[in-house]
Amino acid sequence: MDRTFHPRRSHRVAPVLALAAASALLVAGCSSSSGGKKAEDAGSNVSAGKASTPRMTVALVTHQAPGDTFWDIVRKGAEAAAAKDNIKLVYSSDPNAGNQANLVQNAIDQKVDGIAVTLAKPDAMKDVISKATQAKIPVVGLNSGLSDWKKLGLMEFFGQDETVAGEAFGKRLNELGAKNTVCVIQEQGNVGLTQRCDGLKKTFTGKTQILYVNGTDMPSVKSTISAKLKQDSSIDYVATLGAPYALTAVQSVSDAGSKAKVATFDLNKDLTDAIKKGDIQFAVDQQPYLQGYLAIDSLWLYKNNGNYSGGGEQPVLTGPAFVDKSNVDTIATFAANGTR
Amino acid sequence: MTQQAVPAVTSPPASGPKERDGRTVQRSLVVRLLARPEVGVFLGAVAVFVFFFAMAPTFRSGSAMATVLYQSSTIGIMALPVALLMIGGEFDLSAGVSVITSALTAAMVSFQLTMNVWVGVVVALVVSLAIGAFNGWMMVRTGLPSFLVTLGTFLGLQGINLAVTKLVTGNVATDDISDMDGFNQAKAVFSSSFTIGGVQFKITVLWWLLFAALATWVLLRTKYGNWIFAVGGNKDSARAVGVPVKFTKISLFMLVGFGAWFVGMHQLFAFNTVQSGEGVGQELIYIAAAVIGGCLLTGGYGSAIGPVFGAFMFGMVSQGIVYAGWNPDWFKAFLGVMLLGATLINLWVQKSATRR
Repeated sequence: MDRTFHPRRSHRVAPVLALAAASALLVAGCSSSSGGKKAEDAGSNVSAGKASTPRMTVALVTHQAPGDTFWDIVRKGAEAAAAKDNIKLVYSSDPNAGNQANLVQNAIDQKVDGIAVTLAKPDAMKDVISKATQAKIPVVGLNSGLSDWKKLGLMEFFGQDETVAGEAFGKRLNELGAKNTVCVIQEQGNVGLTQRCDGLKKTFTGKTQILYVNGTDMPSVKSTISAKLKQDSSIDYVATLGAPYALTAVQSVSDAGSKAKVATFDLNKDLTDAIKKGDIQFAVDQQPYLQGYLAIDSLWLYKNNGNYSGGGEQPVLTGPAFVDKSNVDTIATFAANGTR
Repeated sequence: MTQQAVPAVTSPPASGPKERDGRTVQRSLVVRLLARPEVGVFLGAVAVFVFFFAMAPTFRSGSAMATVLYQSSTIGIMALPVALLMIGGEFDLSAGVSVITSALTAAMVSFQLTMNVWVGVVVALVVSLAIGAFNGWMMVRTGLPSFLVTLGTFLGLQGINLAVTKLVTGNVATDDISDMDGFNQAKAVFSSSFTIGGVQFKITVLWWLLFAALATWVLLRTKYGNWIFAVGGNKDSARAVGVPVKFTKISLFMLVGFGAWFVGMHQLFAFNTVQSGEGVGQELIYIAAAVIGGCLLTGGYGSAIGPVFGAFMFGMVSQGIVYAGWNPDWFKAFLGVMLLGATLINLWVQKSATRR
């Protein structure tokens, strides 16, 4: 049975594989040619040579919602590290905690050499992470889960303390002489976003208010922010928690005929232009590229040299880094590649 | 005008000559008006308006009304074709993401090929109409419920939006096209503002009202309008009396495609770039505006003016809560309660009108 079955299978698989490879090549060819002037591939852009260590497989499992510019940058960082370290990167994501846990289980089943995971909802990930450690797969955390990564037995953590970032934001607003700020949350119930506004409130000496907007509908974001600015005309700073919302807030301010200024958390390439033009005062960057890069690279370092970043005791902080008119020019070049 | 819409629903079952006589004699103008699908939502909207007018001082200003109208118009332009489709007895769950598909298409076609943005706008229109035609054709052809077909399109488009954008631009958002040829013209059409009495209104408000007038005329004065009511009321008897059921349904889906294109173009020219993950969940808001506006979920009944007030009510509630300065933690809860309340007023008005 084995003899008759085997040749037939390979016979059928070969053309399919060839077709897949050909279409992959075709797709790759199309994308690079149509991309034209843009330097698209971050992996080839940022390159630190290539490791000759044996090929290993690493899974990166995040809670990304589809189409979010932030997570795209994390993934590019991870891909760059993987390309350098001779790692095969398996990326998957799901904003639903239960589904994300299943994806981690999936990685365990694949017997990967390491797992990098975000802990947006730590309790839901607890069991599956202990399964991974039992299977002797090293697990590192990134982005969210700063207060839980050690408890869950993760080796290392790369990210930003959202409360600390919020506090830094509030201090900066004090320096700029702001009196009344509105903190715009684009996803009601998101722990990290709430922590940012809480941190801001803690250090900011003026008045702080929170405003919820519907993040999946830009016209609605725009009109809700301008409604708020009309309702309270003493607001002099709008703090947004994501780059696309900051750019929309700039329009809201002009729609409302307000004099408020806009500052934000997180960056993208359009935002750096807006900082250059002075439409946006500053951005607090948690360097998502660095988070993705370090998480993957650390697994390589652990396997090949037994290293622990942060000594396995302390988290490695990637932010808050401020981007404003004074340093935007250097950062803008990187942001244009979609890596900052 | 009233007689055109109402018979499609009420006359076939209860058409005994005696009863009809009795009704026309007894029903006063007020009661007849109350039985119209849009009157309930009109009164609901008035109630919401009065409520916020009393509660929120800022709500009373002209510029606040402009903001409310803007929010309402971006929902309302889509709620119109969605309502017509619903009167025709079908759903479109892909309406929210296909807005983004359209905007992404226009942005990427013009940027990547370095073309005048109007080229992108036209290609996006073709794509949007094709998506509508696909939904309609698939549904008519297979006999599957539109819920299933458009759920498939909804999921498919979500994936395509993301994957194609990433493949083409290398990022999950499109590139800024605001410095390209034709941008300012297109912006003037889809996303400019005009001033009345010192208050700046967005042009989408004008388009919204224009489309609503057009839809009302089509629904009440044309043969096509009768077809819509007929296919939504009873497909088989509509076919029996010679209504082109397939054509009507497919064209209604394409109309939703047209709406998605229009709103998509507004978003593109208002914000210069588009994020590929947006739009999810909007389809429910469009459907909600249509239902609040008096369209039946089962089809065959409704109007084009109703959804205008439905969208207006949605805009008033979501902005009114901000104008009133209420604790934002409760935002969604307020929104839900007020919408439900307004819908109940709507229902009550209709019931008390038909009971008599």
